[in-house]
Amino acid sequence: MTELSLARGTVDRDRALRLLQDYGVYGGVVVLLLFNFVFTPYFASAANFRTQAVQVAPVLIVALGMALAIGTEGVDLSVGSVMALSTSLLSLYLGYGPWIATLIAVFGGVVAGLASGALVAFVGVQPIVATLALMVAARGLALVLLPQLKDVHDPGLAALGSGDVLGVPYLVLIAAALALLVAFVVRRSTFGRQLLAIGDSRPAARLAGLPVRRVLVVVYVCSGALAAIAGVLATARLTASDPTSLGTLMELSAITAVVVGGTPLRGGRVRIGGTVAGAVLIQLLTTTLIKHDLPPSWTQIAQAVVIVGAVYAARERGKR
Amino acid sequence: MLTVTGLCKTFPGVRALSEVDFTARAGEVHALVGENGAGKSTLIKVLTGVYQPDAGEMSYDATPVRFATPLQAQQAGISTIYQEVNLVPLMSVARNLFLGREPRGRLGLIDFRRMHREAEDTLRGLGIRVDVRRPLRELGVGAQQMVALARAVAIDARVVIMDEPTSSLEPREVRTLFGVIRTLRERGIAVIYVSHRMDELYEICDAVTVLRDGRVVHTGRLAELDRLRLVALMLGREIGEVRNEGLTKFTGSHDTAAQPVLEAEGLSIRHQLAGVSVSLRPGEVVGLGGLLGSGRSETAKAIAGALPVDGGRVVVAGEPVRGGSTAAAIRAGISLLPEDRKTEGIVPGLSVRENIALAALPGLSRFGLVDDARVDRIVDTFMKRLRIKAAGPHQKVGELSGGNQQKVLLARWLALHPKVLLLDEPTRGIDVGAKAEVQALVDELADDGLAVLLISSDTEELIEGSDRVIVLKDGAVVRELTGDAVTEDELMRAIAAVPAGGHDD
Repeated sequence: MTELSLARGTVDRDRALRLLQDYGVYGGVVVLLLFNFVFTPYFASAANFRTQAVQVAPVLIVALGMALAIGTEGVDLSVGSVMALSTSLLSLYLGYGPWIATLIAVFGGVVAGLASGALVAFVGVQPIVATLALMVAARGLALVLLPQLKDVHDPGLAALGSGDVLGVPYLVLIAAALALLVAFVVRRSTFGRQLLAIGDSRPAARLAGLPVRRVLVVVYVCSGALAAIAGVLATARLTASDPTSLGTLMELSAITAVVVGGTPLRGGRVRIGGTVAGAVLIQLLTTTLIKHDLPPSWTQIAQAVVIVGAVYAARERGKR
Repeated sequence: MLTVTGLCKTFPGVRALSEVDFTARAGEVHALVGENGAGKSTLIKVLTGVYQPDAGEMSYDATPVRFATPLQAQQAGISTIYQEVNLVPLMSVARNLFLGREPRGRLGLIDFRRMHREAEDTLRGLGIRVDVRRPLRELGVGAQQMVALARAVAIDARVVIMDEPTSSLEPREVRTLFGVIRTLRERGIAVIYVSHRMDELYEICDAVTVLRDGRVVHTGRLAELDRLRLVALMLGREIGEVRNEGLTKFTGSHDTAAQPVLEAEGLSIRHQLAGVSVSLRPGEVVGLGGLLGSGRSETAKAIAGALPVDGGRVVVAGEPVRGGSTAAAIRAGISLLPEDRKTEGIVPGLSVRENIALAALPGLSRFGLVDDARVDRIVDTFMKRLRIKAAGPHQKVGELSGGNQQKVLLARWLALHPKVLLLDEPTRGIDVGAKAEVQALVDELADDGLAVLLISSDTEELIEGSDRVIVLKDGAVVRELTGDAVTEDELMRAIAAVPAGGHDD
């Protein structure tokens, strides 16, 4: 994204910043792709793209829910723990078959979302605190249900984790479908419109008679359910349930994807396309640095630079 | 003590203060009064160094001064006590009193014993008895305010500015506060007292300065100014001024014999409303009169479910409405155009189209999906009917002018086909042209059978726009003006009337 602003120069700073915020993330993805095509050996292979896409899918799904929460001027820190809870539930109930187990895992995510949503909407706890509580609670519960790593041997789940349709992995198809669904909901549904209004001006939304509390609860339920789905998919891919480490720091990756994608933290705006691109950008960035044999610490520094850049662009926009 | 002369302050587009002269004398309680936008808060902010004046002289103790920051003003001995007490709620009373200047013992540690003793002495000197070791937040708002006052006195304040100190106090606490103010006066401290409560002003204040539209319209001894005259000065109306009624007057044309569509009975909110009853008939415009802080907006908000009430009920067309829920009120057909358009009305980041459709969305949706064609139709209808000037339905509302924002809000409510429309300052801060359009629209809506409750600080608008006027004072209905009594004179007389039973404590 920095490349773009340099290219544009100082012709019209406001316009440039606005474009940077709106399209910078897509520009960043294109720049990284081009860079890798030229400089990274074996980058332009189907196998590589497949790996990249499969790796990004869970983050992407979690980020979709995060985008909704951030759109209401909130945040959901519990997503990583909800993934862990979901993987625990999945392996615990796998005896009833993969479908039932998946349903139960997602239900667990819904319940976690209900809890944080109720705290935010009815008790009036700040989202960051409410979901922090759930973050601790869900991880703890996950570890109670399944104290250590357990291999998952189920042909159905294995197929979900590594199968594909015409070369496109199931994981990617599911992530894409969910992204389209969430985008559609935000854009076209009553719920989506109300969500944006609440994020933009809560007093106005309340006086306009919008069901503020209901919308908030539904937002966190969606976020929890999406995180649980991501947990199921991650389990299927790893063919193991690891409640200690699955989803750790996932909330930060998801927030990064959302913020880099141009969704402002002050709410009122949700950019699903940008969020998808944000997740992809971070994934590509990590890959690029790894493929060029830079230590992981460099990856983190690079991520930090991207986040600061995105927040800078958003800040300028907010002051307007 | 503190004198300003020829003070001017201009904000972009607004002349907040022009040629203001003001003097606060030692040992005198000086009332500063005026309606919304009169320039009171700007004047206070200039006095306390928050704003810098554009022109004018300020002198303190007969020497010219200029406060660049609030801290400088404070150090010079000018203390402000705001409605919202700005102390540290978790610290003890004594620590709050001595914050930043704690008595130190050896080793530079706080000498708590001495601090507590001195704190008790200070508070007792003002006639306040509290346990100084308790955290401040355990005290009532009134007692907290006393502590703030005591702190002001303790740091050798010589001018104390109080901005609506009694707005959240119980009558008993008000008595104590007045006791403290009298003590301050005896000690030769200049008190500047901002309030809208007529009875309090006459009880405690010696002098008065009335501001209107950024100018001083009167200054002098309060005792020499009768209540009616004071109200007239604040509202900017002459008593006995014969107005040629019928220029823009709508009164009388509306059918007032019909059954009321809205009946609100005994609405009560602690510190704000004391048993307000209002009834509206279809096709009638009822005005809510009164000074700032008399409970007009609170009444409207209580009816619309935006403020939870402690008592009272609202009935629309014979059906009781659940209180404290805007959604329930809206379902019953009550729509409120809030006073604070910018923070409570518009959703600035959304488009004109989204803003208009916002409240009506559930009715414009099928299976949770917005029916875009119907939204477009409604938005188009209202943009034409209300003549909303925007680049298009997709322009952000935050970018429109005040008048057009107001029209967008009206459209939002009209799209719901309400039975009762509550308008809180519908024409404030919008240009003359838009103002006339909104006024004409209100009349038209009433003709169509809507019941309208109109709140306006513009008395001319209120009197000419309303068929009846209910006059509020200190959160209670003091009079209802009907028929020929709907005049500015009567309105001012009602506001200025001395309460029958004197003080209610």
